[in-house]
Amino acid sequence: MKKLLLAASAAALLAGTWLAPAQAEYLKEHRGGTIRLLARSAAGTLDPHINYTDQGWQMYQPIYDGLVAFRKAEGMDGFTIVPDLAEALPQVSNDGKTFTFKLRKGIKFSNGQEMGVKDVVASFQRIFKVSGPTSGTFYAGIVGADKCLADTKNCTLEGGVVGDEAAGTITLNLTKPDAEILYKLALPHAVVLPADTPAEDMGSKPIPSTGAYMISAFDPNKGMTVSRNPNFKQWSEEAQPDGYPDVVQYDFGLSEEAAVTAIQNGEADWMFDALPSDRLGELGSKSMDQLHISPLSAWWYAPLNNRLAPFDNEKARQAVAYAIDRNTLVKLFGGKVLASPVCQVLPPDFPGHEDYCPFTKNPGTKWSAPDLDKAKQLVEESGTKGQKVTIIAEDTAISRSIGVYLQSVLTSIGYVADVKPISPNIQFTYIQNTNNKVQMSITQWYKDYPAASDFLNILFSCSSFREGSDASINIAGFCDKDIDAKMQKALDLGVTDQKAADKMWAEIDKQVTDKAPAVGLFTPKRLDFVSKRVGNFKFNRQFNWMITQSWVQ
Amino acid sequence: MSNQAVAMPRKTRGPWAVAFAKLARDRAAMASLSVFLLIVLACLSAPLYAKLAGVDPFASTLDAVIQIDGADVPVMEQSTEGLGLGYTPLGPTWRLGNYFLGADSQGRDVMARMLYGGLSSLLISGAATIFTLIIGTAAGLIAGYFGGITDTVLSRLLDVLWAFPIYLLAISLSIVTIAQGIRIGPIDIESGSLWLPVIIIGIVYVPYVARPIRGQVLSLRHSEFVLAAINLGVPGWRILWRDILPNITTTLIVFVPLMMALNMLTESALSFLSIGVQPPAASWGTIIQDGQALLYTRPLVALVPGLAIAVSVMALNVFGDGLRDALDPRSKVRLGRD
Repeated sequence: MKKLLLAASAAALLAGTWLAPAQAEYLKEHRGGTIRLLARSAAGTLDPHINYTDQGWQMYQPIYDGLVAFRKAEGMDGFTIVPDLAEALPQVSNDGKTFTFKLRKGIKFSNGQEMGVKDVVASFQRIFKVSGPTSGTFYAGIVGADKCLADTKNCTLEGGVVGDEAAGTITLNLTKPDAEILYKLALPHAVVLPADTPAEDMGSKPIPSTGAYMISAFDPNKGMTVSRNPNFKQWSEEAQPDGYPDVVQYDFGLSEEAAVTAIQNGEADWMFDALPSDRLGELGSKSMDQLHISPLSAWWYAPLNNRLAPFDNEKARQAVAYAIDRNTLVKLFGGKVLASPVCQVLPPDFPGHEDYCPFTKNPGTKWSAPDLDKAKQLVEESGTKGQKVTIIAEDTAISRSIGVYLQSVLTSIGYVADVKPISPNIQFTYIQNTNNKVQMSITQWYKDYPAASDFLNILFSCSSFREGSDASINIAGFCDKDIDAKMQKALDLGVTDQKAADKMWAEIDKQVTDKAPAVGLFTPKRLDFVSKRVGNFKFNRQFNWMITQSWVQ
Repeated sequence: MSNQAVAMPRKTRGPWAVAFAKLARDRAAMASLSVFLLIVLACLSAPLYAKLAGVDPFASTLDAVIQIDGADVPVMEQSTEGLGLGYTPLGPTWRLGNYFLGADSQGRDVMARMLYGGLSSLLISGAATIFTLIIGTAAGLIAGYFGGITDTVLSRLLDVLWAFPIYLLAISLSIVTIAQGIRIGPIDIESGSLWLPVIIIGIVYVPYVARPIRGQVLSLRHSEFVLAAINLGVPGWRILWRDILPNITTTLIVFVPLMMALNMLTESALSFLSIGVQPPAASWGTIIQDGQALLYTRPLVALVPGLAIAVSVMALNVFGDGLRDALDPRSKVRLGRD
């Protein structure tokens, strides 16, 4: 762990010295203006301790800070942890269970209040007081978290988060070492807010921030205005760089088609939502220079209910994995430029990923073609032929198309299949609840942070399965005690030797893939369409496009 | 010799013959009927069309390649310009049996789906009409004839149904039943069954039939021939069946095309919202939904089913008006709330 932290610090220093002069020059030349963003709807609550959406997390980057942050850099560099409100990465002691942060001085919130130790302590308590969506998972390892989870209102995290006003330090004590704790602290759910922020979901009310920008107006039905934080002075270019535009105007309500037209006409600069599929050809040929294609650490997959017939039979699950033509799915998603076929769980370029595909015509490292004969043979052997299967898809154009395609695949290998598209607002929770007896579904998983456990442990560990709950993220209901034990071992190993742990995760990835609790469909890519005036487009692998690092003048 | 002809008694036509003769003289109604029958015939030929065209209108065929003028043409064409983003389905070939109206986003023959979709839409709207007429007529007859507490209870129940906006009620019922179907005692309708939209659409329009029927029965209940039958001790069910029902038959016939038009619109709306006919089955509503994502490149996929719905509904409404004028010229029966 220490070795890793040292390496991260050195890399951060190098990157910082390289970036600094260039940014200063560009800032002089391009600073100012209003960048106009569009989305079909708002991302939900403004509260960073509660909001758990891509859209929200992306927008929080120039606004809020935690003790540490993901580096505001392009590509894979964006996965590096750098100190943010803390002066440096923490000192680790007590066998990896204690982390001591020294807080920077002179940082102010956008309301003029000085940011200090009490704000950090209160913010950690607030994660539990507002029942943050990851309080019971990401932050459950903090000493005192169990009491906070049981009694949220009176959460003190006693012994877990200890502040020393005089020394300006924060000590974080864990119940056991956690190799991923810095990633978790760099997420918006752990940002530092003023100590007097009410311990309730702030909804549409902006909370003062420490970042380069602040939310100055918000109407969930109209839009959000983000303007410069008057109290901001850049302390770390790689953690919280100053931005180019003076104002970010984020408007809600336009359809995707209308948003494309607005960007083409120069009336807007970017849209959050996916581009409509029938405009891809036109944009790809006429507006190439305005398009940016970036890889995502994400997985489109079809969970198969391991506790319900016919997919309680491993051979039946493998049959489906063999039968699906991933190229067809890639076509439905917009083509090879926008997605790649996949068999395994961990996405490419992700820690622990080693190319692996057993469910293809020529098993090996890459998917080549479906093997229908093998699939039919497995269905026969499983004795599940002729059984009824219902696929639950999201009622969106792409998910519905995939559902219809999968229905025809299942029919072709001997099942009686049908597909039900249900509203995207409820589909994700509906497919998680065992009471709904969902046999097969279509969904996606986007990483929270760059660690193999964020896919394998979260999606396929026994503890992620909860009978009859809407929050049972192990949708397949997969539980293999041996694999579970291995995952725990890999998590423990990561504390001392992340490389060895990643090797172990690669093995686990293969084992889970072999058991086919879910069928990998494809890895998507992000397609950003910006107006002609947007310059300096930079895509961060952790939080996508860095909005305020682009200029509009 | 007298050349005087013998006066023959003049043959009088029955009321049905008079009505049909009147209907036959109504050109607009007959033209509408012809259009509607043509649509029905076309839809009935769906399996034949699919067989002759050699297409499966329900299966994804993204890799299919067809022959046009001896050349191989992919059903889904990848953009070759610039970044090569996205696939565009084949446009209309205007050749019957060979992707006449082009392909949809799954590479399926739109013409074949149009015909199958029409069949579903017609079946659902027809069956829902029968369902509504049976339940609505029974409710109207019982409420109007027996009166008193029976009338009060039934009328209030109808009022409750009437109080909900039709589409809101239909959407709510569909959402509740879409995933699990209906399981009440011996009734077990699986999700995805065409019976689900039939029953839902049938239920929401019951007050539209029951209310006018109840009104007619109320007035017939006090007519001399009904009072005579009551005084003679004829049982109530027999009076309803033999004396009252025949007197409201014309109203019921008038209801058929008008209800069918309404039901077709409702079915299309539900299917468009993914809560009617379920994929991969087709209805005109689902095809419009499929075409929504292709409005920019292949607008016909959404326009053609929209046009089919508009023409069918218009034909049914014009024919329904003609039928009403022929059968019951004094009738004030109109569908709707006003």
